[in-house]
Amino acid sequence: MSKGKYKWIGTRPDRPDGADKVTGRARFGADFNMPGQLVGKVLRSPHAHAVIKSIDASAALALPGVKAVVSAVDFPDQPNLIVPTGEMQVNLRDITRNVMAREKALYEGHPVAAVAATTEAVAKAALDLIKVEYEVLPHVIDVADAMKEDAPILHDHLITEGVKPAPTKPSNIAKRIDNLKGDIEAGFKQAEIVVERHYTTQAVHQGYIEPHATLASAAEDGQIQLWSTTQGHFQVRGFCSRLLNIETSQIRVTPTEIGGGFGGKTVVYLEPIAVRLSQKSGKPVKMVMSRDEVFRASGPAPGGTVHVKIGAKRDGTIVAAECTIALQAGAFPGSPVGPACWTSFACYDIPNIKVVGYDVVSNRPKVAAYRAPGAPISAWGVESTVDILAQELRMDPIDLRLKNAAKKGTKTSYGPTFDTIGFVETLEAAKASEHYKSKPRAGMSRGVAAGFWFNVGADSSAAAHVAEDGTVTIISGNPDIGGSRASLALMAAEELGVDYSKVRPVIADTSSIGFNFVTGGSRVTFATGLAVVNSVRDMIRELKVRAAKTWGVDPDGVIWEDGCAKPAGSNVGEFEPLSLAQLAATAGRTGGPINGHAQLNAQGAGPGFGVHIVDLAVDRDTGIVTVDRYTAAQDVGTAIHPSYVEGQLQGGAVQGVGWALNEEYIYGSKGRLDNAGFLDYRMPVASDLPMIETILVEVPNPHHPYGVRGVGEVPIVPPLAAVGNAVARSTGIRLTDLPLSPPRLSAAIDAATPRMAAE
Amino acid sequence: MNDIRYSAPHTIDEAVGALLAAKGTGRILAGGTDLLVQMKAGMALPGAIIDVKNIVEMSAIEDKGGGAFRVGAAVSGARIGEHAALKKAWPGVVEAINLIGSKQIQGRASPGGNLCNASPAADSVPALIAAGAIVAVHGPNGRREVAVEKIQIGPGKTSLQPGEIVVSFSLPARPAGSSDAYLRLIPRTEMDIAVVGCGVSLTMKDGVCTAARVGLGAVAPTVMLVEAAGAALVGSKLDAEALEKAAAACRAVCKPINDKRGTIVYRTKIAGVLLKRVAAIAAERAGGR
Repeated sequence: MSKGKYKWIGTRPDRPDGADKVTGRARFGADFNMPGQLVGKVLRSPHAHAVIKSIDASAALALPGVKAVVSAVDFPDQPNLIVPTGEMQVNLRDITRNVMAREKALYEGHPVAAVAATTEAVAKAALDLIKVEYEVLPHVIDVADAMKEDAPILHDHLITEGVKPAPTKPSNIAKRIDNLKGDIEAGFKQAEIVVERHYTTQAVHQGYIEPHATLASAAEDGQIQLWSTTQGHFQVRGFCSRLLNIETSQIRVTPTEIGGGFGGKTVVYLEPIAVRLSQKSGKPVKMVMSRDEVFRASGPAPGGTVHVKIGAKRDGTIVAAECTIALQAGAFPGSPVGPACWTSFACYDIPNIKVVGYDVVSNRPKVAAYRAPGAPISAWGVESTVDILAQELRMDPIDLRLKNAAKKGTKTSYGPTFDTIGFVETLEAAKASEHYKSKPRAGMSRGVAAGFWFNVGADSSAAAHVAEDGTVTIISGNPDIGGSRASLALMAAEELGVDYSKVRPVIADTSSIGFNFVTGGSRVTFATGLAVVNSVRDMIRELKVRAAKTWGVDPDGVIWEDGCAKPAGSNVGEFEPLSLAQLAATAGRTGGPINGHAQLNAQGAGPGFGVHIVDLAVDRDTGIVTVDRYTAAQDVGTAIHPSYVEGQLQGGAVQGVGWALNEEYIYGSKGRLDNAGFLDYRMPVASDLPMIETILVEVPNPHHPYGVRGVGEVPIVPPLAAVGNAVARSTGIRLTDLPLSPPRLSAAIDAATPRMAAE
Repeated sequence: MNDIRYSAPHTIDEAVGALLAAKGTGRILAGGTDLLVQMKAGMALPGAIIDVKNIVEMSAIEDKGGGAFRVGAAVSGARIGEHAALKKAWPGVVEAINLIGSKQIQGRASPGGNLCNASPAADSVPALIAAGAIVAVHGPNGRREVAVEKIQIGPGKTSLQPGEIVVSFSLPARPAGSSDAYLRLIPRTEMDIAVVGCGVSLTMKDGVCTAARVGLGAVAPTVMLVEAAGAALVGSKLDAEALEKAAAACRAVCKPINDKRGTIVYRTKIAGVLLKRVAAIAAERAGGR
């Protein structure tokens, strides 16, 4: 840890929001209410693909208690314009159609209309009274099927981007991406061994415990207030402004506490509908999704196919690597195929790389970001293939990765050259761990895999206020999804030289602080942390001015040390240090309130690397996998609050294990989701896993005053292949299709050992 | 939008009366862990809810000696799990009931509810069938007793007549050297529904199995008594050959479906795998082979 170097950074105080959360006092999305509010409910398409021929809401509107009904006609059409949202991008033309289906319903669960009524029961009854005439069309669910020549076409205007010459016919392939480095053919010619496999993964949901919820109040004078459980209230404001043609400053969005997001709460579903219903009814409108709606209509992460080919020398040096990735975008273009491609070989220093990606639409809900969007899918293919290479070369899997590891100066296939990174240090830490040095317990087999994520910076604003008694408020504008309030307060306390308990971090609404990009991309502790540090520095600058005024000296003659203003040297004069409390007490006489502000576009986010080790057993009779031991090692830059950094590593590992073993979207023949609930969408439960051990490797990011790197996303990248590699080493069978669920694993074992199947 | 009439009678006859009066729209509430979930999901819209937890007979465990017990249909899983004598005599029945849901659910869920919900995957039912439990049913025409395997007749369907309520389960006395066990296969370790569930109750004498009953769940529209599997074990020392014969009998009666929880091939295979494992545990508990 960084303890010793710092007073507060690297310590583990209670989080500022902790007590409220464990006592139930914290207010989440569904906990906000207003007098006279109505209940909003969405009518959703039962069809995977259908033309909406007509919508007749007259019977619903005639039902007593129904105050408003909206459908696509209540939302202005939008231009074909791409805007960023979190780590993903959305097209305004598409997002208005995702919020409310326009010409066609494109997936089961696609909103078609919505009502606001006095009670939930009336609202539900009203949905049944809305008559929608559909013309059901053939649908396509699978990515490989959607790419076929004769597949049902979702969008007649969709011409594949990134292909020259441009195709003349529409298809479901929205985009092709090409990344090239070196000479791939020449590279494979040098190879003494080539490993090639084809992998698939299924769509998985972010699985946040709290369903989407919002409360909208549109006043007669045009002002809008919104409460929303979101990772980005500024994005909620922006989308509502664009989609509803309302001036941005007329909308004030307050973020509620958030019960998990993982990327899935960076887009809007309910908010524009709730605002429109509120405008039409003249009453506040509250909307809360059911779990069923969350699964059917809010962003899963894509499934896809990954074809990987790696060529190496006998000594393990990788000389050429190629992969082709096709990802589900859902009903509208915009899968994370870009990051899937760019991260694919980012762990390795390979001279010749070719990566091709396809963004493919099909009749599924539009995908949303999920922790390192796209990266776990390409890593499943690449890290499994690297493991096969290690087996064929009879090399230790960590040694093989060390031999090829990316370092400072390595040029990536997607352009940038790495600055200071910690992949080698992380591999070495994993290799030196007690876990890796000890043999797996009897019956257990071990798997290893690595992972990479860029981490991002982007726009942040922050303010620091000194209260009358000298305590400090830190104001920022990013919903806290992973302990960021604690991290921001620690950095502010460190910078200011005061006790952590004297610093109170708050998250302001969109009208009370400058713009902040979403909480996503592992950016908040890095970028908003930088803004907080800068705002505190701005405040310290002002504090020094006030001390100088008090002493009648030049501000340059004042330094800030241990929470006090002090004379810079004896030539300035003999003065007792002035504490924050003393400066606050006299602020009225020295120039008024003492505040600091900062706004920035943070550059230089430090990439992160992780190495995971898992020991597990496969029950050969049942195909059930039991995880015995799991260690996640990661370069975390500087662990500002180590407990919450460890929590990120543990949470990401657990979600990755779920992705590997049981989680999947299962569709019936009519294109309807068959497992829209936590019973049959099997995320791991606590008893499924051992305590996840963590190793925090600290290679500081040179572009942050405290060396922060984002840590939240890397840990979901390695687990899929780490589990798969351990299963392969346990069973002797290399499975390439996720999830490794008991029926699938059992069938593979039986197919490989016919004698057992006959038993 | 519809009104629900709620009552919590203190006698079984009052409960039967209330159920009859609801003219087919009444539902019995014990723990409510199935009923309330179904209501919330819009799958059940009862006109009347009859809460039976105030009926003493339905909420009591009675030790009748010699391994015989009467367990009220509305007794919670948690109370059953805490009953030391019952747990000692019928560890398989108790572990099956205790597998239903989470710790919180265990505080409410009852074996009567688990049976009458009539899910083929109900965890307690294979163990109760293996145990040879007899169900006391009270209705407009008084009381009748029926073997537990006769209650479920299809998914969500029971043989109960209008106004009839399951009151209690009677577990029979049996000789020394007897025990039971239940195992289910789920992809996770808890909070899940059986892909296959198997209960075995048996008696061992001098290393030989002298009596055995097998209950098998989640592989057909109802939980089944697999008589051929029990018969294959009786007279054997539970050697590999006898176990395989019993496993084959289990596989033979499987009529599962392919669904999100498992394939036909997988469920059929697992029925045999579980039989072998469960029989071994039951025999171990009975004092070894």
